[in-house]
Amino acid sequence: MVEQQVAFWYLSVVAVGLGGGVLILRNPVHAALALVGVIFHVAGLFVVLGNGFLAAVQVIVYAGGIVVLFLFTLMMLDLRALPTERTLHRQLWLALPLGVVLAIEAVFISAGAPAVNSDLRGAFNAAAVADFGGSTQALARVLFNEYLLPFEVASVLLLAAAIGAIVLARRLDEAPPRPARGARRAGSSTGLGDSTGPDAPADAPAKAPVS
Amino acid sequence: MSLNAFLVVGALLFSLGAAGVLIRRNLIVLLMCIELMLNGANLTLAAFGAYLDDMRGAALVVFALTVAAAEVAVGLAILVALSRVYPVVNVDELDQLRG
Repeated sequence: MVEQQVAFWYLSVVAVGLGGGVLILRNPVHAALALVGVIFHVAGLFVVLGNGFLAAVQVIVYAGGIVVLFLFTLMMLDLRALPTERTLHRQLWLALPLGVVLAIEAVFISAGAPAVNSDLRGAFNAAAVADFGGSTQALARVLFNEYLLPFEVASVLLLAAAIGAIVLARRLDEAPPRPARGARRAGSSTGLGDSTGPDAPADAPAKAPVS
Repeated sequence: MSLNAFLVVGALLFSLGAAGVLIRRNLIVLLMCIELMLNGANLTLAAFGAYLDDMRGAALVVFALTVAAAEVAVGLAILVALSRVYPVVNVDELDQLRG
């Protein structure tokens, strides 16, 4: 119990502190690194809550996927070439008191929440979770029975997001379909699949910049 | 540890993210602050799930993670497409719809 409390205090204090870092750090790369710290410490809080699977997924998806995507975009955009301005918005005088009020309100409600009503307790107490073989197996039991349809919908959402991201981030001036069609037409006159082989017609590279 | 302690941390993370969305100017940092808000919400969901002996909290965290990943992918793709038209990341200068 003592080590749980020590872990909780360390993880929560550092997570909130690094969250403040995301808020005020001037360099976006530093803000992204602070976000990685927040993510790792929230993953630690998931471990304190007894759900190691969520912690692993948090680290893999957030730190391994999302923040890398942020850093990738930051490198791509080359922020140093852009005009730099002040970091904080000029509505700071209004936004900061509103944020403080929101924080005080949320903390007040959270800290004053009554104890958990035992009528609301689910079936997954510690004994039942151990019976399933761990929290991962218990989560799978819920995810693939009760939430099977939302799970499949989530996969469709990810596919749509991936396709949408590719289509949105594509360079419009490249226009990949048209050179491909021209190459195919050139290939069909000489024989199928010629244009992709090593013995491609010599006019194929010359044609690409024209179209 | 009581449930309330976890809820307070989640609330603080959410408030920091909300304040960041209001006071930062950089579009990428704005998306990061949205991630911070989602992290706070995830922590609250996981804490409720753990203290109510209910795995549905953890299942909702998995779905929130999925939506966060999709949101970041599309948001950053829009940002990359936008930066070709307007080479700025300041949200105040992005104030017209026509390209």
